Amino acid sequence: MIRLHGLRAGYGGREVLRGVDLDLGPGEMVGLLGPNGSGKTTLLLAMAGILAPMAGTVVLGGRDAAALKPRERARRAASLPQRAEATFDLAVETLVLLGRYPYISLLGGYGPDDRAAADAALAEAGAGEFRGRLAGSLSGGEFTRVLLARALAQAAGMQPPVLLLDEAFAALDLARRMAVSELLAAKARAGALVISAIHDLNLAAQFCGRLVFLKHGKVALDGPTAEVFTATNLSDIYETPVAVAPHPVTGAPQAFPVPAGAHRPGAPAGS
Amino acid sequence: MVLDLRLSRAVLAWLTGAGLAVSGAVFQGILRNPLADPFTLGVSSGAAFGASLAITLGLSGGFWAGIGVLPPAALAGALGALFAVLALARAAGGFGRETLVLAGIVVSTFLSALISLVKALDEESVAGIVFWILGSFQGRGWPHAALLAPYLLPACALAFVHARDLDLLSLGETQARLLGLDAARVRLTLLVAASLAAGATVAVAGVIGFVGLMVPHAVRMVSGAEHRPLLVNSALLGGTLLLWSDALARTILPGGAELPVGVVTALLGGPFFCVLLGRRNRRTA
Repeated sequence: MIRLHGLRAGYGGREVLRGVDLDLGPGEMVGLLGPNGSGKTTLLLAMAGILAPMAGTVVLGGRDAAALKPRERARRAASLPQRAEATFDLAVETLVLLGRYPYISLLGGYGPDDRAAADAALAEAGAGEFRGRLAGSLSGGEFTRVLLARALAQAAGMQPPVLLLDEAFAALDLARRMAVSELLAAKARAGALVISAIHDLNLAAQFCGRLVFLKHGKVALDGPTAEVFTATNLSDIYETPVAVAPHPVTGAPQAFPVPAGAHRPGAPAGS
Repeated sequence: MVLDLRLSRAVLAWLTGAGLAVSGAVFQGILRNPLADPFTLGVSSGAAFGASLAITLGLSGGFWAGIGVLPPAALAGALGALFAVLALARAAGGFGRETLVLAGIVVSTFLSALISLVKALDEESVAGIVFWILGSFQGRGWPHAALLAPYLLPACALAFVHARDLDLLSLGETQARLLGLDAARVRLTLLVAASLAAGATVAVAGVIGFVGLMVPHAVRMVSGAEHRPLLVNSALLGGTLLLWSDALARTILPGGAELPVGVVTALLGGPFFCVLLGRRNRRTA
């Protein structure tokens, strides 16, 4: 689905990704993790094909992304961008319908299929109630759900759907995080490739079958969650002590950062 | 005969207003800057310089092709300024919006200095230059409309065809490209088209401010920011506004003297905009 080979990319001569090799296939729910500035956003933009590699290749659905036309690229991978500023206030429905932009012609308008896809996406993202409102009147979490709806509308009809999500969870409350994660996991089980840059380690460990850790623009770790999500690995990558224990209900590994000098009550310090 | 004069002048005023408003909406959407207007890329200064040069060289009296030398000279100035801005932006690293705006400011400032130089060297031409720059439809007619139309109509048609692309561009380059827009190409095409249309309006009627800046804002407050209705409504409101402004400019002074229409648009537009701003604040409060 998405294959990166020796990918180097960045902005205006500054290299952010320094040689990334990855092979991601349908049905995977991949968590993209790593410290601030490790290259997660850059990697997602490169996967979407809108950041030209300085070296190496991005293969998107069997074709070199650099050789694809803009619309073809947008029909192969749907994105939820991290920083979504708008100068002028568009209606929610207009914003979500723009997810269908790669599928319509310049002179033609949206067809019934496009409107149906936008409606379904709004409902799936739990944003149906906002459709008549202006984007500027929404809270951060509400706006994120609208952007998710747009990405789902863009992915509708892709074989299989590819979703590139950049910090889709940061603005969401606890219940919405769970709901959106479950929605994305269901998409992956149905064959979609979901790649999600995420700061919430525990959410990633709970829902992603595979984790890719970036550090200094390189893949520091890549593998099944159960294998790579260990106290040693996390402590190394984030350069701070981290303990890992199973989730009391699901058994998924969960991370607990350990404050400096902390020790378990009753246990000798430093043990 | 009088009717034909009035009609041609009215048509020209309407077209000019519609063109400036559409051009302004395009500029604001693409540059994502509420303060952008049709003259951001320097076409008004270019046109003014072309006209100033023609006036000081004593060419303004001619009736070549029914319109005189001034409009073609101004149009050439506008095209030259646009070309200079694009060349400067290209040399400075590309057609990003900050680069384009800065290149526009540089070229505008330089041309304004040249206009001042012309005025300083030839004091007899000062009144003519100042009056021309303020903008007027006095003595304009069908030949001027014929000069304007080939720039204005294609630009408006192009903007309308790309209305949805303008929605995308107003979200920023990253989002526009993620959704499959060839952002750099479309942005440059539309900016050049809008600048050509604005430059042509300056060539036939002088620098009429306010319309291109304020009309799109007024329309957004009433019918929203989506570009398809925005462009259509801006054209309608801009044309109507300038038509009535010109009617006022012709009649408001006693004794047959005319006010420059640019003065009228500014006097009408300021309070009008205040009312709209107040209404919006009340709605959101």
